[in-house]
Amino acid sequence: MLEIRNLHATVAGKEILKGIDLTINDGEIHAIMGTNGAGKSTLSNVIVGNPTYEVTEGAITFNGQDLLAMSTEERAHAGIFMSFQTPVEIPGVSMTNFMRAAVNARRAARGEEPLKSTEFLKIMREKRKLVEIDQKLMNRSVNEGFSGGEKKRNEIFQMAMLEPSFCILDETDSGLDVDALRIVAEGFNKLRKEDTSAMVITHYQRLLDYIKPDVVHVLIDGKIVKTDGPELAVRIENEGFDWIKAELDNEK
Amino acid sequence: MKSEQQYIDFYDEAGAQIRGRSCDVMNDARDRAIGVFRDKGFPTRKVERYKYTDVAACFEPEYGIALGPLDVADSPYVTTIGRGGVTATRHYATVADMDDPLTALNTALAHDGVLIHVPRGVRVETPIQVDNWLRGDVPTMMNRRMLIVLEQSAEATIIIHDHADDGQRFLSTQVIEVVVMDNSSLDMYEVEETNKSCSRFSNVYVRMGRDCRVKHNSITLNNGLTRNLCDVYLQGENSEVTLNGCAIGDGEQHIDNNTLIDHQVPNCVSDELYKYVLDDMSVGAFAGRVLVRKDAQKTSSRETNSNLCASPEARMYTQPMLEIYADDVKCAHGSTVGVMDETALFYMRQRGVPEALARMLLKNAFMGQVIDQIRYQPLRDKLFVKVEKRFRGELEKCGVCGLCK
Repeated sequence: MLEIRNLHATVAGKEILKGIDLTINDGEIHAIMGTNGAGKSTLSNVIVGNPTYEVTEGAITFNGQDLLAMSTEERAHAGIFMSFQTPVEIPGVSMTNFMRAAVNARRAARGEEPLKSTEFLKIMREKRKLVEIDQKLMNRSVNEGFSGGEKKRNEIFQMAMLEPSFCILDETDSGLDVDALRIVAEGFNKLRKEDTSAMVITHYQRLLDYIKPDVVHVLIDGKIVKTDGPELAVRIENEGFDWIKAELDNEK
Repeated sequence: MKSEQQYIDFYDEAGAQIRGRSCDVMNDARDRAIGVFRDKGFPTRKVERYKYTDVAACFEPEYGIALGPLDVADSPYVTTIGRGGVTATRHYATVADMDDPLTALNTALAHDGVLIHVPRGVRVETPIQVDNWLRGDVPTMMNRRMLIVLEQSAEATIIIHDHADDGQRFLSTQVIEVVVMDNSSLDMYEVEETNKSCSRFSNVYVRMGRDCRVKHNSITLNNGLTRNLCDVYLQGENSEVTLNGCAIGDGEQHIDNNTLIDHQVPNCVSDELYKYVLDDMSVGAFAGRVLVRKDAQKTSSRETNSNLCASPEARMYTQPMLEIYADDVKCAHGSTVGVMDETALFYMRQRGVPEALARMLLKNAFMGQVIDQIRYQPLRDKLFVKVEKRFRGELEKCGVCGLCK
């Protein structure tokens, strides 16, 4: 599904990613863990095409396509979705209008007719129930006045509407209480199809209790320094990153 | 005085003809008006209230000056100033600042005008709509005049809509005098939907009595160069005025709004909100002065000007002004000039919304706040559609006009 080769990226001239190699196959969930400032969010932003980040070297292919040659919206149409660490408030644009624009743009990109209004509202209703999000929020402006938990749930709702094949959950668990975390994670699991892949960025094992990773990577100083099975996340939860840093120092 | 000369020459040549086609009340103001114009000429940019628009340059090209008859079918509340009888005589040229050079020029050249008169105690249910069509075989100048009188306890909604034919240059001056007597309520909407070959200079003057409510909303959907002045004189207590403006510019459009809210008496409320969305090389200006005079205690006033510059070349000049001579008032004023919210754009694009559509949605959302203020629902609904179309680039010209139906 996703192949990243020797990826280097800078933000405001400062190199953050220093040669990332990562392969995610169909249906796999990869967890990315790492210290603050290690480049986790940069990696996800580069994959979705945030214009603030500049790729200076390397390549990303997504289902065989050269991802770096595609615009942000083309990547979205191809099936990439990111649940934002900090969902953006958009005053004056209602959730319904926003979703209608997004869903229909994606349909247009695939040569499909826009959805009829009744059809669209029906799908909205179904997906809303799936992630247990209040109808009232749909008439409001995007994320405006939403609580932290509602914002995160709204991200999963949007994911439900757009049915991506590759999801990035960028610290979706941060700021969530246990119940909200469960709802968000269960929502994700319900939506997930057999071949849906995901990259889950988190600091905590907690989320990974619900969303079980196949592979866990540790990102430190812009490089993936350790890759292992789900047990790696448990060890990090218990022991932190110091032991990995010590291993690295020994190698040097 | 190069620009001025052609108008003075025209008056000298055609003055008798104008008088002949006009009426006493308008002719009585004419000589003094041309005198003011002769003395002052067009205001330069050194004149505070004309700082943002080069007036003389707009009046320099040669225009044929329209003197045709004013096509107004009499209806219960609408007639011409010429046929307006005592209402016209009593109020004409009593509200406007007759020392303003553009008002003076309009007063000298206008030979007739529209009179809307709502008698005491009458509540006009259906909005009164005035459509101004700019038409001509040659570049044409129009001098439009209006007088609106709401007697005591009257109520009306007035929609004034400017249209223009394509393929011709037009220059219009407009003076609207509004008299709102005690306990009356007026909603007044001006919608300009012309094109890039049109220049408009509009001066609106509103005098309010006590216990009145006036809402004025100036919407510039499409234009060439526009300079709107709106002065409100609060002369009776417990009155409330709302001034709203919505300006959408792209290409090389120029939109300049200049307002004055003059609190002359205590216990009045004013609320002002103007919003601009400027794209390409367009230029916007807003200067709003709120004057709270010495005796105007317990005034409550709020003034906001928010602007979105959607391109690096668009320019906005904003100048909210608050001048307070009373000591027991509640007043606030402020302005912002911002650019497109890049994080919101990115968020929308990540969801697959194409960049152009995302920009359109953001602009539309920004302007929605002003359109929301329109109290007459059918107009509000139509303007929501029109504003969206305008941002989509589908409203290139007036065409078949939804407001008129």
